[in-house]
Amino acid sequence: MNFNLFYHFGRYVSMMGQALTKPEKFSMYWKETVRQMEAIGVGSVIIVVLISIFIGAVSALQFCYQLDGQLVPMYYVGYIVRDLAIIESAPTITCLVLAGKVGSNIAAEIGGMRQKEHIDAMEIMGVNTAAYLVTPKVVAAIVVIPLLVTIAAFVGIIGGYLASVPAGYLTDMEYMRGLRAYFDPYNVTIMYVKATVFAFLITSISSFYGYYVTGGSIELGKASTNAVVIGNIFVLAGDYVIALLLT
Amino acid sequence: MIRIENICKSFDGNVVLESISHEFYPGKTNLVIGRSGSGKTVLLKILVGLLQPTTGKVWYDKVDFSTLDKKQVREVRMQVGMLFQGSALFDSMTVEQNIKFPLDMFTNWTTKEKLDRVNYCLERVNLEGVNTKFPSETSGGMQKRVGIARAIVLKPRYLFCDEPNSGLDPKTALLIDELIKDITYENQITTIVNTHDMNSVMEVGDNVMLLSGGKIAWKGNKSEIIGSDNEVLQDFIFASPFLKRLRVAALEQQKTKEGKK
Repeated sequence: MNFNLFYHFGRYVSMMGQALTKPEKFSMYWKETVRQMEAIGVGSVIIVVLISIFIGAVSALQFCYQLDGQLVPMYYVGYIVRDLAIIESAPTITCLVLAGKVGSNIAAEIGGMRQKEHIDAMEIMGVNTAAYLVTPKVVAAIVVIPLLVTIAAFVGIIGGYLASVPAGYLTDMEYMRGLRAYFDPYNVTIMYVKATVFAFLITSISSFYGYYVTGGSIELGKASTNAVVIGNIFVLAGDYVIALLLT
Repeated sequence: MIRIENICKSFDGNVVLESISHEFYPGKTNLVIGRSGSGKTVLLKILVGLLQPTTGKVWYDKVDFSTLDKKQVREVRMQVGMLFQGSALFDSMTVEQNIKFPLDMFTNWTTKEKLDRVNYCLERVNLEGVNTKFPSETSGGMQKRVGIARAIVLKPRYLFCDEPNSGLDPKTALLIDELIKDITYENQITTIVNTHDMNSVMEVGDNVMLLSGGKIAWKGNKSEIIGSDNEVLQDFIFASPFLKRLRVAALEQQKTKEGKK
């Protein structure tokens, strides 16, 4: 791996500069964006639901365990699970998972096109390949990932309920009271800011690694891995920066 | 017409092309021939702008390609068609969608107009009824023909073919050569073909340039090849003992004919 950060950053900015230009034909870009929305959104619902339900369940059980026998009222479990889901687990964990699933997919797709000369073929036709291959993915992710994060937040809260109430750790009334307690709508804003920023980072970084891939299948594998690793690092760094700025 | 002036290209100090100047004429199949590693593909990529020359210029008629910005390059490229060595067909699209892609992207034609053009191009390359097949469901020769159909769908003024015969049997290769030649003559386009297929050189070589070690070793046309005493050309064209014997026989036949006259 070449660690020349300025070189990579320059190429990333150059690619994004080309990507964010006027489309040759809007209808073609729209068609591609809808296709990507389906691939990123519909294709990720099941994994997002599964992960969120378990994270919600584990959070609830952990707090039930830690608050049991303390002076803190048990309805706080609902309150903590709700805010944890909205502020942290739904946007961050979901996007870390999507950086793996969607990021590797995008890097492999674009990298495969580079290796099979599909990108060269489009360039020679006169297509702005950075725009046609990257922009629809970024736009689709910015629309769809916040929706997935919304689902993740709801499912996480339901997961917390299913793990704690039927097991008898707290009552249905206590959990509901916790969910309603101290609700601040600003937290939902933070959640959507995080989801949007992470969606941009995941798709643009993985597109970058795919777009500039050279060599054969080993390099394509490395590019896919780098897309996931660097995507995850940027999601976590972005999480810290947003937390610093918005809270 | 495409004209190149003093093209040089090096990668990390390794010189691949050195002072290449040549003219490629419209209505003729212009061949760039040479052994593997002689710099043919690099030259073709420089011609279409996928690589920048270290020094030198590429002229598309009166336009200096090297001075154009990205938008202007794209405008020139809309007049360019290219057949890739591996065909470069989009796997997830059918044959019809592959050929229709440039029309969808750059024209405002109706669906019927687009389909008519796609079917005309398929007919032109002798491929009918394969519209709904995916590239993986077609043979190598068919993929090359689909590649040609896609390359000509926007009625280009310049056609580039990178090793159009690689991996094809001699009969299919001949078919592809004839197709490229016919399309070039019919539409009076400037066609540049990269090849090391000797049959292609002898069949369609109107204007041949031989590259060796990154330099031009010989220029001429197919009828001048047999009589040429250029050693690099002879080593390349008549590489096998069988072809060498054929050349000797052809030269003897020529001398006998001249003696009779």
